[in-house]
Amino acid sequence: MSRTGEADAAVVASQEATEAAPRPSRPARPKLGTGFRAPLADRIAEGVIRVMAFTAVAAIVLIFVFIAKEALPLFWEPEAQEQIGGLGALLFPRVWPGHHESAFLWQPVGDIAKMNVVPLFLGTLRVTVLAMVISVPLAILSAIYVSQYAPRKLREILKPAIELLASIPSVVLGFFSLIVVATVVQDLFGLTYRLNALVAAIGLSLAVIPLVFTITEDALRAVPKELEAAALALGARKHQVVMRVVLPAALPGIAAAVILGLGRAIGETMVVLMASGNAAVMDVFSPGSSARTVTATIASELGEVTQGDAHWRVLFLLGAVLFLVTFVLNRVGVVIVERLHQSLTASRR
Amino acid sequence: MRYTTADWVLAGLSLTAVLVVLGMTGAMLGQVFIEGAPHLSATFLSESPTADMMGGGIFPAIYGTILLTLLMTVVGVPIGVATGIYLSEYAPPRSRLATIVRAAVQNLAGVPSIVFGLFGLGFFVMFIGRGLDGMLYGPDEGPVWGQPAVIWSSLTLAVLTLPVVIVTTEEALRNVPRDLRLAAMGLGATRYQTLTRIVLPNASSGILTGVILAVSRGAGEVAPIIFTGAANFLPYLPTDLRDMFMHLGYHVFALSTQSPNVDQARPVLFATVSVLLVLTFSLNLIAVVLRSRTRAKYAA
Repeated sequence: MSRTGEADAAVVASQEATEAAPRPSRPARPKLGTGFRAPLADRIAEGVIRVMAFTAVAAIVLIFVFIAKEALPLFWEPEAQEQIGGLGALLFPRVWPGHHESAFLWQPVGDIAKMNVVPLFLGTLRVTVLAMVISVPLAILSAIYVSQYAPRKLREILKPAIELLASIPSVVLGFFSLIVVATVVQDLFGLTYRLNALVAAIGLSLAVIPLVFTITEDALRAVPKELEAAALALGARKHQVVMRVVLPAALPGIAAAVILGLGRAIGETMVVLMASGNAAVMDVFSPGSSARTVTATIASELGEVTQGDAHWRVLFLLGAVLFLVTFVLNRVGVVIVERLHQSLTASRR
Repeated sequence: MRYTTADWVLAGLSLTAVLVVLGMTGAMLGQVFIEGAPHLSATFLSESPTADMMGGGIFPAIYGTILLTLLMTVVGVPIGVATGIYLSEYAPPRSRLATIVRAAVQNLAGVPSIVFGLFGLGFFVMFIGRGLDGMLYGPDEGPVWGQPAVIWSSLTLAVLTLPVVIVTTEEALRNVPRDLRLAAMGLGATRYQTLTRIVLPNASSGILTGVILAVSRGAGEVAPIIFTGAANFLPYLPTDLRDMFMHLGYHVFALSTQSPNVDQARPVLFATVSVLLVLTFSLNLIAVVLRSRTRAKYAA
């Protein structure tokens, strides 16, 4: 074997080694551009590219590590636990001094810090559920219109127009909810409080709609035309084709859209911070009462706490939980979309 | 095809949904620009705030936003483009490493912006910043690097916008026809020469699209900069990486939630939001036009 041949084989071998699945043994074919040893400058540049490519992986790891690093000492620092009244006080109701009944309270500042996180998660849940109730039907119906009914020219205008909404910064959505939507909603429903869960949910739905719309529309349009044609040939009406053929076929994609939208809604900060009223009340079924979400709590309180004390740690702990929840939702959504894409492209072959 | 009642109901409902969504968007933009436009003027764009933010202009906030996104771009774009190149050109398609990088990029895109704020504070300000202070000045000095500053905010945003750059770069590179690469290699170009002289120039407008989208996204984010460097008001323009900065989005947030008299601040607020929207929209418009041009080029 010549020298180049050996180098060649080494390159191929190193590439094979990086590959995940063991390949069935067949003669190694040199890949494009591996037929000779590249000049040193090239190899250095390529090495730099490879190293930089792992920044995203490093970022995900570092985000988790550095949030956990601030949060976790809560579980072994006795003075921090003393400040919050024991770890149990984070989750379970308690009869606080000066109160007569046991209650879930988030009042982190004061003589006795009350840091029960349940009202915050409840606040996130209330605002998120309301936002999903408003945004999911609007987004899916819009996607049905744009993908199934709109003429091509109209679709090419409508899709970017709705996606334009996605490019509006969330602080603008929050501002609009705070200044305009709050007044309209208060007049319309005669609510006591101007800022409440409903106002935040409306603002939030403006952030969620374009995301759910885009993924749903893509999923609906990815349904093979043959299915639709077959249904029509069997005498199905347009609405039957849409409801019984196209929608069921695209269902995984729509589910993924909703899951990704949910992740967005849970993690959104500025809209809820500005428009939800931010009082941590335990009022589950009233959209007209104030809500304090996990994200808004972190954003509004972190600037005023002492680094390293219990309140600081609890806020980072909330951030860690938020990170994990959105991580899982995002992963599930992405995997569903990928599977759907694979199965649809596989059926075409 | 003849429509039955059920057909009309579904078509009508779905059209209504589109109109509601567009109506809400239109109402919002209309209200912002109608209330904001009268207050816009050359002095509003070029002067500092006066009279407790109610008078004067928003120049420091515009300056701060531009400085922030510029620094963010300088750091984030090379890394994002390199990752896109790795995924499209170097990683074997189904290798484990490429799968991990892709999964990380997708997950990074889904991390809530407030979590980036916590990360920026915990990692950049406290770990890197304080670490630098400890190394350069010893433990007894006050914080020099280890406090919120424009450098830490822009690094945080660089991480946040990384997925946008990576995804668009990868797509742009994949759109470059394989024939071009084969031709270059057939003429004896190395893989790296093919990349830098043939593939990248051909993908440049696609990559630029990603950069613009990242800038637009980064310019509008507020949650990550609250703890990492944004200031309510500064009497001077930031000239050093360690200075804090004013920011359009943060200005809107602070003024609309912490102002004692929101009615009085209303014109200033609407005008500031208009400026922010004009900035992000024009960036997005450029990106859309660039993208459709690139697609048309390769579709032909």
